[in-house]
Amino acid sequence: MVLDQVDLTIYEGEITTIIGKSGSGKSVLLKHIVGLLAPDEGTILFRGQPVQKMSRSERDRTFSQISYMFQNNALFDSMTVFENIALPLRQTTSLSQKAIEERVTARMEQMELVNVAQNYPSELSGGMQKRVALSRALVIDPKMVLFDEPTTGQDVIRRNAILGMIAQYQRRFGFTAVLISHDVPDVFFISNRILALSDGKIIFQGTPRQFEDFEHPLIDEFVQSLEDFQEHLTGIQSKRQFRVRNQMDLRRKGPQDSYVVASFTLQDFDQLCEHLGHTRGQEVLNAMGAYLNKHFGAVGGFSARQSKNQFTTFLPFSNLSEAERILKTFALDLQKEGLRTIQAEAHISQDICFPFAILAGLAESKAGAEEIDLVFKKAEVSQREIARVYCEIRR
Amino acid sequence: MDKQTFFTSPVTSLGRTALRWVNELGAMVLFLLRAFLMIFHPKQFPTIIQQVYFIGARSAMIVMFVGLFTGMVLGLQLFHTLVKFGSAGVLGTAVALSLVRELGPVLTAIMITARAGSSMAAEIGIQRVSEQIDALDTMRIDPLRYLVSPRIAASIISFPLLTAFFDLIGILGGFITGVMLMGLNAGTYFHHVRTGVEMEDVTGGFVKAMVFAVLVSVICCFQGYYTHLRRDSYGAKAVGLSTTSAVVMSCVLILVADYVVTSLLL
Repeated sequence: MVLDQVDLTIYEGEITTIIGKSGSGKSVLLKHIVGLLAPDEGTILFRGQPVQKMSRSERDRTFSQISYMFQNNALFDSMTVFENIALPLRQTTSLSQKAIEERVTARMEQMELVNVAQNYPSELSGGMQKRVALSRALVIDPKMVLFDEPTTGQDVIRRNAILGMIAQYQRRFGFTAVLISHDVPDVFFISNRILALSDGKIIFQGTPRQFEDFEHPLIDEFVQSLEDFQEHLTGIQSKRQFRVRNQMDLRRKGPQDSYVVASFTLQDFDQLCEHLGHTRGQEVLNAMGAYLNKHFGAVGGFSARQSKNQFTTFLPFSNLSEAERILKTFALDLQKEGLRTIQAEAHISQDICFPFAILAGLAESKAGAEEIDLVFKKAEVSQREIARVYCEIRR
Repeated sequence: MDKQTFFTSPVTSLGRTALRWVNELGAMVLFLLRAFLMIFHPKQFPTIIQQVYFIGARSAMIVMFVGLFTGMVLGLQLFHTLVKFGSAGVLGTAVALSLVRELGPVLTAIMITARAGSSMAAEIGIQRVSEQIDALDTMRIDPLRYLVSPRIAASIISFPLLTAFFDLIGILGGFITGVMLMGLNAGTYFHHVRTGVEMEDVTGGFVKAMVFAVLVSVICCFQGYYTHLRRDSYGAKAVGLSTTSAVVMSCVLILVADYVVTSLLL
C-alpha cells in the first residue's frame, strides 16, 4: 500500500509543500489529486465536492483549473519549446493563433526562454527544460498548480530562483500551489504550510514555523539526510542551527548578560527579481549572506536567513551601544564597497541596474529575560535604511 | 482452489490464454470505437494532415518501389506461365487483377506497417513511458483524441491512395518485363488491362485497403498506448517489444483479414 489513511487539507490560495523521503508516496499523492490515479478507497473533495461523484463535464471543468508539473518534465521531445508551451492553449481553448502566440511569448519572456523558442527540449539544459515545463503549467492561468519536485537537478541559485518564481507567480495570479520538494529549508521561505509524509502516512501538517519545532525521529532522520538542514543559498546557518546555537550561547550567559539581535531586510526584493530575473535576485541574496557572515563573524556573530529576503544576526558578546557602532561601520562599508561587491557577484552591471535598499534594526535583551522571537520582532520593527543602490540615469 | 493435474494443466493454460486474447480483443474494439468517434473533433484537422504526410506521403516512394518490382516479377512469371498455355496476350489482365485484387492492398499494408506502423507503436510507447501521455491527461487533452484518432483517420485516407499508386506502378512494372523485355505487344497489354479489370475489382481492393488501414493503425497505436501494462518488460525494452508485437500482429492479421474480406467480396 503506497498511501494509507491519508487525510489532508490543501488551503486555497496558499503554497503547501509536501516533504518526505524517496518512496514515501509523495508523487502518488499528487497524482491522486490531479486525477491521474483513483484511490482504492476514500474520497477526494474539491471545494467540498467529492470528485468521484462529479459528472464527466463537472470533473472536466474542475480538472481544467489544475496544472501539473512532472518530475521529469514530460515535455514533448518532437515539439519545439514554443509548441510545447502552446499545446494546452491550442488543444483546449478557442483562442486565435495570434492570441496564443502573444500569451506564449509573454510566458517565455518571463521565464527567459525567448532565445530557445525554436529549440527542441533535448537541446536544452536540465534547468531550461524545467522552466519550459513550468511555463507550460502556467500558460493556462490555472487555479491550482501541482509541482512534482520542480527544482530537482538544479544548482542552488537556480533552485531558489525557481522557488522564488513559483512564489511570485502564486502571489500574482493567486493560484493554489502544492509542491513536492526536498529543498529544505529553502522551500520553507515560500511555503504557507508543510505536509510531511512517511511510509504513506501524514506525520505532520502545519506551518513551516511549527515544523521547525516538531520533534519526530522521522523528521530528524529526514532533515539529517538533507545535509544537516544547511542553508545552501546564502552559505550561512539555517534557522534551526541558529536557534540551537543561540540557545547554547544564552545558556552559558548569566541572567544580567546582554546580547543583541540585528535584523536585515533586502527591500523591494520582489521588484528586484521581476526586473533583473529570479536568478540574479537569488545571487544578490547569496552575496548579501556572504557579506553579513564576513563582517559579523569577526565579532563572534552568526546569521541566519529568516524569510525570503530577511536575515537575522545574533551578536552574543555585544551590548546595544557596541552593536550600534558595529552596525554603523557595517553600513558605511556596505554603502562604500559592499553594495558594489554584491552587485558584481550577482553580475549586475549599471546597464541593467535596479535601485534597492538594505534596512537594518537592532534589539537588545538579557539572557532568559524574554523569548528570542520577541527580540527578533523588536529588531525587525526598529529597522531603518542603512544603504541603497543608486543607478545612473542615462539620457 | 482446484488442484492442477497433468491433464488439466494444459487446458487451464489454454483457457487463460484464450481469456487474455478475448480481453485484449475487447479492449482493442473499445479503443477503436472511442478513437474513431473522436476523429470528428473540430481540432483534429491539422493533426490529421500531419499524419497523412507522415503515413502517406513519406511512405509513397518505398511503396512505389516495391510496387514496381512486384509488377516486374509478376510480368516475368506470368508471361512464362501463360506462354505454356498459348495465352501470353492476357498478361495485362493477369498482372492487373493480381495487383488490384490481392497484391496491391496486401503488400502496401505490409510496407506501411513496416515503415509507419512500427514508428506509431514506438512513438506512442515512448510517450507513454516518459509520462507524456499522462501530461496530456493532466492538460485535459484526451490522448486518444490527440494521438490515436488522427493516425486512424490518416491511415484510412493514405492506405487506399498508396494502394492505387502500388497498383499503377505495378502494372507499369508488368509492362516493363512483359512488353519491353519479353516482346509482348504494348497495345495488347494495355487493352487487356483495361478490359480485364472491372470497377468492383478496384472497389474490392480499396475496401481491403481500408480494412487493413483500421487494423494496422489500431493494433500499432494500441500496442504503443498500453506499453506500460506489459507484464514481460518495462521501459525501453517494453517499447521495443510493443513495436515488435505491433508489426507481427499487424502482418498476421492483414493476411487473415485478406482471406475474410475476399471470401465476403467474392
